[in-house]
Amino acid sequence: MENWKRSAQTFWAAFAPPTFWLVTFFIIPLSLIWLYSFSSKTGVIDITLDWNLNQYARALEPLYLGIFWKSIVMATATTAICLVVAFPVAIAIVFSKPNMRMWLLLLVILPFWTNLLIRTYALIAVLRTNGFINNGLEWIVVNADWALSLIGLGDNTIVGPFTPLQLLYNNTAVVFGLVYVSLPFMVLPLYAALDRLDRSYLEASLDLGAGHTRTFFSIVVPLALPGIASGIVITFIPAMGSYLTPDLLGGTDSKMIANVIASQFKQANNWPFGAALSFLLMYATFFALAVRAVLMRKEGRGDVR
Amino acid sequence: MSIFSRNPDPIGPLDYARRFWLRAIVAVTLFFLYAPIVGLIVFSFNDSRRNIVWRGFTTDYYVKLFNNEALMLAFGNSLTIALFTTLFSTVLGALTAYVLWRYRFPGKAIYEGGMALPIVIPEICMGVAMMVFFARIGWPSGMPWPLNLSAITIAHIAFSFPFAAIVIRARLESFNRELAECARDLGANEYRVFRDIVVPHMKPGLIAGALLAFTLSLDDFVITFFTSGPDTVTFPVKIYSMVRFSVTPEVNAASTVLILLTLVVTAFALRMQNRNNMIGNAAH
Repeated sequence: MENWKRSAQTFWAAFAPPTFWLVTFFIIPLSLIWLYSFSSKTGVIDITLDWNLNQYARALEPLYLGIFWKSIVMATATTAICLVVAFPVAIAIVFSKPNMRMWLLLLVILPFWTNLLIRTYALIAVLRTNGFINNGLEWIVVNADWALSLIGLGDNTIVGPFTPLQLLYNNTAVVFGLVYVSLPFMVLPLYAALDRLDRSYLEASLDLGAGHTRTFFSIVVPLALPGIASGIVITFIPAMGSYLTPDLLGGTDSKMIANVIASQFKQANNWPFGAALSFLLMYATFFALAVRAVLMRKEGRGDVR
Repeated sequence: MSIFSRNPDPIGPLDYARRFWLRAIVAVTLFFLYAPIVGLIVFSFNDSRRNIVWRGFTTDYYVKLFNNEALMLAFGNSLTIALFTTLFSTVLGALTAYVLWRYRFPGKAIYEGGMALPIVIPEICMGVAMMVFFARIGWPSGMPWPLNLSAITIAHIAFSFPFAAIVIRARLESFNRELAECARDLGANEYRVFRDIVVPHMKPGLIAGALLAFTLSLDDFVITFFTSGPDTVTFPVKIYSMVRFSVTPEVNAASTVLILLTLVVTAFALRMQNRNNMIGNAAH
């Protein structure tokens, strides 16, 4: 790498256009929001910048704290489920044959490239009252009843007439949808961490008499900890800020923070408050990223090899 | 063969991939990931309005799709935005990658952090920021096509080009700096070195970055949703309004078209990147 002064002209020619774009169409819009978060709404469309903290104070009201808390709980549940599901999948991928490994990885990433909106829509068709799950259950119930009535055990004896389950428009549906869209986020870092793992540690542990469970919890998990932490953070961040999934799959009480931000800017038309909420969400994101950076640095220092 | 005979190829202690329960978990997970999408695609061919039970194969909904003017307009808008986004993002991404790869300059770490911001901040924050920005500076609305798409395109470029920069920079890592020195010694000026030595090496990265920007732009919903107006509807925004309304075979057909388009572009990008790595490895 060379000092920029050595060819200042070329440097500026290459440096200026992207910097201009980033500053004008990204940094300035964000700064605008930041300023708005310290402003007051003085009329229907009038906003005055008077450097007050009222918007942030309002964000601490129980209603909004509750929504923040709900977002954290849903994102945590999503991350936990993803971790539990992704770990065995990552292990299976890492320990399969090299050519098989590429295919499995590709299969896990492929849904990633499908539009988020479309994947969420696909889940609606699965979960709705007339969806695949309810129809499947109904088929099972009806046939079981038919079989029972054939052998003379009467009608509807198992669960009575079939009533579809309410699977959509509740918090469970949102977590289900979030797990569905964020699973690849968790598999990839776990795969990367397990791939780097020195297998002789596992062999040593098994040779010395530890079972697979013990080897997993005392050897694999501690060694893969940076990867686990990384996976947790990069699953948690998008889940926490997700807008589409709670919007399409959630009910009236499953609003997450992004939905409240959107409604402040669209329906409620209270930009300063929406701006304050946006920045709180962004600070939460930065905090999660900082945690990840610290953990990654630890990995660099404490490498076993 | 007796079931009591020994397995000729026993499962080793570390052959986790051959254990039944791990295979079962992988199979269930893949089913969970794919069944909804496959169901969506299959039911786009279903000959029933209610879209619940299979009633026979039809391509009617694709015909309806292509006759649906609003949807086709949205599709055209999406492609136009994606094309301009690709063009600008590739150029800006290449310049960013070049600067970060070649130079040391004060505040470089902060600069790199700033470039990563559009990638890491929640989409909703960027969406509302762009919405407020365009409203505040009084960006003209109601311009003739395709100028009415400019706000969306600008927002798309802002979040796409840092992604393109990452892909292109990865490609530049395999560049032998001595080649550039050599060309300079032989009398080429900065511009010629860039054009004749650096850019040809960057090419697979440029193509991969361009395809990435294209899919990012084509797929984006949240940021577009906040920057689009009633006369600037994109394909995902249109699908969203249809989804809110109900589950219909038309939505399935429209979704299938978008899935196919993204898959083709991404498969192409992946091949480009693979070749990228192969060339990179061969060079070492």
